[in-house]
Amino acid sequence: MKITKPEELHQHPEYKEALVELLFQLADDDFILSYRGSEWLGLAPHIEEDIAFSSINQDTMGHAAMYYQLLEDIGIGKADDLAHQRPSSERRNAVLLEEVNGPGHYLHEPRYDWAFAVVRHYFYTQAKKVRIDSLKHSSYEPLAQVAVKINMELYYHLMHWRTWFIQLTNAQGEARERMKNAVAKVFEDFGGVLTLGAKGDRMVEFGLIESEETLKQRWVQAMKPIFEEVNLDLPSEFGMKRGNGRNGEHTADLDEAIMTLSEVYRLDPLTAW
Amino acid sequence: MPVVTSFRRLSEEEKYERFMQRIEAGEKIEADDWMPEDYRMTLIKLIAMHAISEIMGALPEKEWVPKAPSLRRKLGIMAKVQDEMGHGQLLLRVAEDLMAPLGKTREEIMQDLFKGDLKFHNVFHMPAPTWADAGLIGWLVDGAAIITQTNMLDASYGPYARALKRICAEEVFHAQHGESIILALAEGTKEQKEMLQDALNRWWEALLMFFGPASSETTGASKQDITIKYRIRTKTNEQLRQDFFTKYVPRILALGLKLPDETMHFDEKQGKWIYKQPDWNKFKEIIRNNGPKSKERLRLRELSYYHNAWVREALSGQSAAV
Ligand SMILES: [Fe+2]
Ligand SMILES: [Fe+2]
Repeated sequence: MKITKPEELHQHPEYKEALVELLFQLADDDFILSYRGSEWLGLAPHIEEDIAFSSINQDTMGHAAMYYQLLEDIGIGKADDLAHQRPSSERRNAVLLEEVNGPGHYLHEPRYDWAFAVVRHYFYTQAKKVRIDSLKHSSYEPLAQVAVKINMELYYHLMHWRTWFIQLTNAQGEARERMKNAVAKVFEDFGGVLTLGAKGDRMVEFGLIESEETLKQRWVQAMKPIFEEVNLDLPSEFGMKRGNGRNGEHTADLDEAIMTLSEVYRLDPLTAW
Repeated sequence: MPVVTSFRRLSEEEKYERFMQRIEAGEKIEADDWMPEDYRMTLIKLIAMHAISEIMGALPEKEWVPKAPSLRRKLGIMAKVQDEMGHGQLLLRVAEDLMAPLGKTREEIMQDLFKGDLKFHNVFHMPAPTWADAGLIGWLVDGAAIITQTNMLDASYGPYARALKRICAEEVFHAQHGESIILALAEGTKEQKEMLQDALNRWWEALLMFFGPASSETTGASKQDITIKYRIRTKTNEQLRQDFFTKYVPRILALGLKLPDETMHFDEKQGKWIYKQPDWNKFKEIIRNNGPKSKERLRLRELSYYHNAWVREALSGQSAAV
């Protein structure tokens, strides 16, 4: 089955339901991680990195906007409302991606953890790459087209984070210790990134994306040589310590983030800004 | 080349004379060329201050990056602030080349900033409490920056002139980005219009200060005489401020905004704008890091610098090993 236009979805309510679920996962993942990245602005380890990181965050926000637009085209709501208005219980992002960058607030005494930033972004970006490669063949053609566009930018993102990951993990002393801690922390919740949630089977059945297990194995295959290079063990199972975001389980970090990112929007959701 | 050898044998005075002839003929000085000590020092100060102002200037807008009210605005302001960091980086490189013969590096620039020896632009010491401030910064602060930077596009120091050319091209987009936010507010609800007028009232004095005092008597610290002598800039502070009024006063009024200065008018006879002087004592305090947000923003920059020191250490250890 191939769906080429949003209008065709009327005849396939179950397909549509699975598609909407998947699009929310994709949109919310990129949206919240880009938000966390934007909090880093001006605080990166050096100015060159500030610029590169910001460029990645813009791309990622752009990807979220494309997914929200696909949802708008299906008639789920306006892209801006979907991004700014939904409470955390309706969000489908992985819990790992909503976690704060570290102690402090982005304007007050931020003691953000660069090791955590590198590991979270690198592992997520690799998972995103695996997902995008699969989505290029999605049965929903507008999504497959978006995946092709996103894929072009991912190469650079992946290279950027891989370089940081290898450099810092292979450094001696404090840096390696910090990186090892960050890896352990990220793995505790990384299962939440790799899962497709309760409706994952339907997504696979309809040819929207390949199975969770297949995608997970591809991620492991891609990471294996990197872990060998930095001399760390790659686990075969990943945790979901703080819940499954795909099913609407979230932490207070997400509530706080939504309050901030919608602060101006909420002053008047009906007006043009 | 014989010209080079003979140049080395010249006395300092003769070198100076040649140097002045070159810049007066409109030639560009490059990083490795001979230059008078005060020319080098003036440039280092000017460019380091410009670089740091770009970087510190990212902070007031940074407040609004995560909060921008739509996906489009989020993307726009992210790109804008990223550009500012890019300007900072570009200018730091120009300053670093000038500092190299003195054995100084970027580290000294950062330390001077933290110690308060290196100033940054008065506007970036000011609060930006609403979304309208974010728009106004793009529209009028970047607008003012375009005016002062255009004034130096033909600077006698080649690397700075070239950097400014790139920067000015991007500043035009920034001003458009700001104007687009402002327009949405000006055409919006009563609350949005009020938010915009408040922001203009808040920023007006700082915008006038942005161009610096009319003469060195005002604050005893104007660098404009030496920069004009060395052909780094052409117009005086007051001329630039007048240019700003000519360009922006009609636009401000066209949006239905009120100028926060009742005395402001164009005097046909004198051919210039008459306006209420900002409080130049306040200006002195602000650039001494006693402005409303000076300490907080410096703290943010300093904290992130030291908190991430382990990263830079890890990187330098590695490059040493390679
Ligand atoms: Fe700039
Ligand atoms: Fe700018």
